[in-house]
Amino acid sequence: MIIKKSEIAGLLDQLAKEYRVYAPVDENGNIAFKAIKEGAEAKLGENSKKPPKEILFPQSEELFNYSVNQEGLRMDSKVDDTKSVAIGLRPCDAKSIMLLDNVFSNDQYQDVYYLARRDNTVIVSLGCNRPSGTCFCTSVNSGPFDTDGSDVLLTDIGEAYLVEAITEQGKELVGKLNLPEADAEAKALAEKAKASATVASEVDLAGLKEKLDGMFTHEYWDKLHEKCIGCAACTYLCPTCHCFDIEDDAKDCEGCRVRNWDACMFPLFTLHGSGHNPRTSGKERFRQRVMHKFNYFVDRYNATACVGCGRCIKNCPVNMDIRQVLAEIKAQDTGSEVG
Amino acid sequence: MQNLSKVIQDTAKKLLEEKKVDLVVGFAQGSLPLRSTPYFARTVDQAANLIWDEYCENNLTNYLRKREEKVAVVAKGCDTRSIVALMKENQIDREKLYIIGVPCQGMIDRKKASKLVGGEILEAEINGEEITLKGNGFEQKAPKAELYYDTCIRCAYGNPVIYDELVGEEVAAKELSFAEVEEFEAKSAEERASFLAQEMEKCIRCYACRNACPTCYCPECFVDTSSPQWISKRAYSAKDNLIFQGVRVFHQLGRCADCGACERACPMGIKLSLLTRKGVKDVKETFGYEAGLNPDDKPVLNDFTPDDPQPFLMKE
Ligand code: SF4
Ligand code: SF4
Ligand code: SF4
Ligand code: SF4
Ligand code: SF4
Repeated sequence: MIIKKSEIAGLLDQLAKEYRVYAPVDENGNIAFKAIKEGAEAKLGENSKKPPKEILFPQSEELFNYSVNQEGLRMDSKVDDTKSVAIGLRPCDAKSIMLLDNVFSNDQYQDVYYLARRDNTVIVSLGCNRPSGTCFCTSVNSGPFDTDGSDVLLTDIGEAYLVEAITEQGKELVGKLNLPEADAEAKALAEKAKASATVASEVDLAGLKEKLDGMFTHEYWDKLHEKCIGCAACTYLCPTCHCFDIEDDAKDCEGCRVRNWDACMFPLFTLHGSGHNPRTSGKERFRQRVMHKFNYFVDRYNATACVGCGRCIKNCPVNMDIRQVLAEIKAQDTGSEVG
Repeated sequence: MQNLSKVIQDTAKKLLEEKKVDLVVGFAQGSLPLRSTPYFARTVDQAANLIWDEYCENNLTNYLRKREEKVAVVAKGCDTRSIVALMKENQIDREKLYIIGVPCQGMIDRKKASKLVGGEILEAEINGEEITLKGNGFEQKAPKAELYYDTCIRCAYGNPVIYDELVGEEVAAKELSFAEVEEFEAKSAEERASFLAQEMEKCIRCYACRNACPTCYCPECFVDTSSPQWISKRAYSAKDNLIFQGVRVFHQLGRCADCGACERACPMGIKLSLLTRKGVKDVKETFGYEAGLNPDDKPVLNDFTPDDPQPFLMKE
């Protein structure tokens, strides 16, 4: 099937009657995934500065409200199960949702807030005809037209998008739109786009996890973090980073429990109530970021917690480049420590 | 610029060889177009990686606080002003610091450059006063000076204010301008409030602005404390975000060297320099003081002189 670009806005308007529709929009100069009111707001083709994880896992999320008075305690949970469609995600970002699923739904823990959104959101992603210079998705088990995590995949063929429904949910959604079938020419154009999209930058992950196994006390970390200023730009803007902190915003007996993104780069991150902090300096924190993504996550979920979107590279104030970091790690001599 | 890199490398090598310093903090080639990256050279070999160009935007003074070892730093005008500000606060021991001063015309703003070409820049080349930007399907030339950061265009202190050694030619004096602050001041209160709200809505509380600033160094920042928790961590609250920025900027009064590092670091492109430069301008008008210009005076808020302009003490 195909969707003409000129008809996208109308189709999104149609979808918006039944679903909450998330799309990339220009928000004061930054592209962000937001629930749109009108189809015309959607800026398909632009990738967002903040990753789409915020659709399922908002940066700040009210979990429940409460109040205490003479009658007792009142609690209103805020689980959000609105039927939603998220359109325009990059394949790497769609893939990141598969990785987040591991964290929010596993044998020890089911996160109702995340899962209510997840189960009710159809993901329509848009393949990348022209990967950016900082993309390295093909090195981390994804690619510019990877369908992992997408219910529908769109391919830009000039005047229109070729539409491929990937999952049952995707087929159901596409079925509602009465789209024209794609002709041979459209299919050929899509094949051409897929074949010509080159991801220029690469990282070599072979053996990296094993290398990191033996590097916890390596001197490399002493130098690596030196230029890092310990902000959270890389973590907040990463589609797979998922650490959070919970706070109560309360006045007297009226309050709200809020979950906020947290970041391993902050000094408060693992500060214990006792005052002890196992990650005292930037060294331990930066090591945590690398280890979590490329070692612990692999141990736990058999996948690397990086989809190669390049946001951390583009937005780091001091040009810390994860591609270089990984290459340097691979080049380190780990001597007898490997094991 | 090529030559300056060479001079900086030779200077650094000499300092390291003669063991005058243990470390040289400077810049190396970045991994992206229009980007150089902070670099720490500890050996003569590493010193060969040092460079200087129009992309050395970070304020390296950030890396100099409370250093145990003897350090040399490659410092442009604003960096040296921050050094002076930190010396006054006993954060930098001048005896242990060797300043390789570099006069600066301004640094190139990557966001301006990509706005100009409207696409991803994959390659950039500087030829004299001109820059060529190349990407997929475009190649565009522009005068370098048009792409400098706004703070740089308005900066009057490109020449280092203190140094042990000056590398390169001094740059011509420029008039310090607060034009954009004046424009902002002229707006109505409602207009200012709505502009600030719109900017603060973009904030994701990553604190890159705070962390990029050499004079933001409280061991425990008020936004980080959890007992008491001074402000909510909710990033969607433009009001809380403004409180954060407001307190940050107030803490900078009389200390901010107007370097623009906070704004450069902000991934969301928030116009922070309006706030910081408003502070710089107010301190200048109120006390006749500019931070980081004179190593021998006292920090302005630690000092009182009867001939301060003090317009705030006078009756209207
Ligand atoms: S964005 Fe860069 S400076 Fe900030 S914490 Fe990440 S690596 Fe460090
Ligand atoms: S680590 Fe960097 S490149 Fe990898 S997914 Fe996160 S932001 Fe993207
Ligand atoms: S603010 Fe001034 S000293 Fe600093 S980089 Fe810009 S022109 Fe140079
Ligand atoms: S750097 Fe920008 S987004 Fe981050 S906390 Fe500062 S103002 Fe907010
Ligand atoms: S507040 Fe901003 S402009 Fe002022 S010294 Fe700090 S980083 Fe520089």
